[in-house]
Amino acid sequence: MSSTTTGIGVGAVLEQCRAENRAALVGYLPVGFPSVAGSIEAMVAMVEAGVDIVEVGIPYSDPLMDGPVIAYAADQALKRGVHVADAFAATRAVRDAGAPPLVMSYWNLILRHGPTAFARDLAAAGGAGIITPDLIPDEAAEWIAASDETGLDRVFLVAPSSTEQRIAAVTAQCRGFVYAVSHMGVTGARTSMGDAAAVIVNRTKAVTDKPVCVGLGVSGGSQAAEVAAYADGVIVGSALVRCLTEADDPAAGLASLRALVGELAEGVRSGR
Amino acid sequence: MTGLTPEPLARPGRFGDFGGRYVPEALIPALEELDEARRKAMVDPEFMGELERLHRTYTGRPSIITEVPRFAAHAGGARIILKREDLNHTGSHKINNVLAQALLTKRMGKTRVIAETGAGQHGVATATAAALMGLECVIYMGKVDTERQALNVARMRMLGAEVVAVPTGSATLKDAINDALRDWVTNVGNTHYILGTVTGPHPFPEMVRDFHRVIGVEARAQVLDLTGRLPDAVIACVGGGSNAMGIFHRFIDDAGVRLIGIEAGGEGIESGRHAARFAASSPGVLHGTFSYLMQDDDGQTLESHSISAGLDYPSVGPEHAHLRDTGRAEYRYATDEQTMKAFELLCRTEGIIPALESAHALAGAIEVGRELGPDALLLVNLSGRGDKDMHTAAEWFGLIETDPVRSGTADEPRAEGDGRTQL
Repeated sequence: MSSTTTGIGVGAVLEQCRAENRAALVGYLPVGFPSVAGSIEAMVAMVEAGVDIVEVGIPYSDPLMDGPVIAYAADQALKRGVHVADAFAATRAVRDAGAPPLVMSYWNLILRHGPTAFARDLAAAGGAGIITPDLIPDEAAEWIAASDETGLDRVFLVAPSSTEQRIAAVTAQCRGFVYAVSHMGVTGARTSMGDAAAVIVNRTKAVTDKPVCVGLGVSGGSQAAEVAAYADGVIVGSALVRCLTEADDPAAGLASLRALVGELAEGVRSGR
Repeated sequence: MTGLTPEPLARPGRFGDFGGRYVPEALIPALEELDEARRKAMVDPEFMGELERLHRTYTGRPSIITEVPRFAAHAGGARIILKREDLNHTGSHKINNVLAQALLTKRMGKTRVIAETGAGQHGVATATAAALMGLECVIYMGKVDTERQALNVARMRMLGAEVVAVPTGSATLKDAINDALRDWVTNVGNTHYILGTVTGPHPFPEMVRDFHRVIGVEARAQVLDLTGRLPDAVIACVGGGSNAMGIFHRFIDDAGVRLIGIEAGGEGIESGRHAARFAASSPGVLHGTFSYLMQDDDGQTLESHSISAGLDYPSVGPEHAHLRDTGRAEYRYATDEQTMKAFELLCRTEGIIPALESAHALAGAIEVGRELGPDALLLVNLSGRGDKDMHTAAEWFGLIETDPVRSGTADEPRAEGDGRTQL
């Protein structure tokens, strides 16, 4: 596995899940909502409640891939003064809690920091890698070099609209896993996953042996089970964020977050 | 098809280091489809013939040029010629690009178009083309802008478009683009995004420039015809930069012609409330392209400010960034104050009410004219007409009793000798 995984990446966790004949549960939260400390507490709570991998989202002023729930939380976090550097503290806390942290960030934040410097700082903070929703491998030469230097995972996305040629080109550059977007659109919970997710996973698996995780739209245990039947990992974002945005107070938010993670963790174990 | 580009592009969609495609993978197939469609169309006599016919019989091209000696008397006595894009159907240069992209939409078999708009000019042009060609049309406009430009909202709705007021972020142009991109990634199967300026992911910067290139092609021949020589400088306002690229491009190989872009200086650089990207920003990525960007130390986009909604954008087309860094074009800025003086001057001396965007170019011409003196010949792109800006002008000049008087008088503006204004 040395060519597709590294010691600091998510490969070992995904291997372990595969050995348990189940999908991994990947949970997303933005750093800085409801506060920097509150978001770190929530990420650690997710790990304790059964998330295998944490996506540490960095709020961005122009989140064009995000639907209203995540966009709102990111906007609030920015208004409350969150900074890119806070993501490194979150990363360290998640790693210390026992799960590999993957940063999810729009490209300009990393570009501004300097891709090489960002990679070094992230690796030093215990990071596992970066998911880049608006960076395609074609534009990623500097990040690919920096991730090779540090051993960080680099997760690129494939979508239902991707041609076979692009799926092959994108997956070739992925390390850790391939992020399959379940449907055309922005982030946000959906009531039904439809067939598109299974189709894109199968198309991706036709060209790669790397793990394929599905994101966008999963909101509950039954959907997690449905996706876990064919994917190596189930990525949940908006539904988890909503636990925090709709809570009356932080404690209630954490309780509701733990409950949902528990349901999802059960889901990824019952899909096969 | 970019034979007149100053140098071969190292990578497709790049102007030197600038440009590229920083968008979600989900949009890449649509961008590649668009790139192929526009490349084929630009060498297809049927497409080019249809576009030429629309320009001639619908838009009113070629647009005329007008020499403005009474205005020029206040600009060091230089000869000043305006390219009258304000006389196009719908009142600005925007229609050139929109008609071409709407034709492309039909060629790609798509039935729905979406667009962003700031002041409303691009939205009105898109709604117009959609009505003409029977396309479903949704326009995204920041909520703040829908309030500032209520009449343009009514125009778009009258033309059959749905107008969505975007409440997120700063609720202005950049947020409208975010929502248009979200719509596009959701509905890309039947929808084309008619991006209104020379930014965004490849192929938009190159394609939109090519669809506006007609401005410079016409103007160069018209100026030669009228004066027997090329202008010393071509001056245009730069928000995203489409009218400027449109008039600059044909002159790029004319080494003796200075290309001067005028950005929005807002309330002045030191105030932080401006959109002078080249005066005070650094390269970064926004809306799919790598160019100069107003951003904070973390890379978060900063809010821009301009009295003109059409220039109120924190980034700028990547080809401008390249022209600037290679020195082929130069960029200055005009403050709101300087712009409103130039606006008033053109109204009073020539009987032409310019768009506030175009008034920035006029403010630039006043300064360049004073620098170059009476032998100079300047070509200025008058990119749009100012009807839409009457509310802002009425407030600024105190033309309506209930509006607060901010500055200016009703007197004829004075020529200000050779005293240079800061630009």
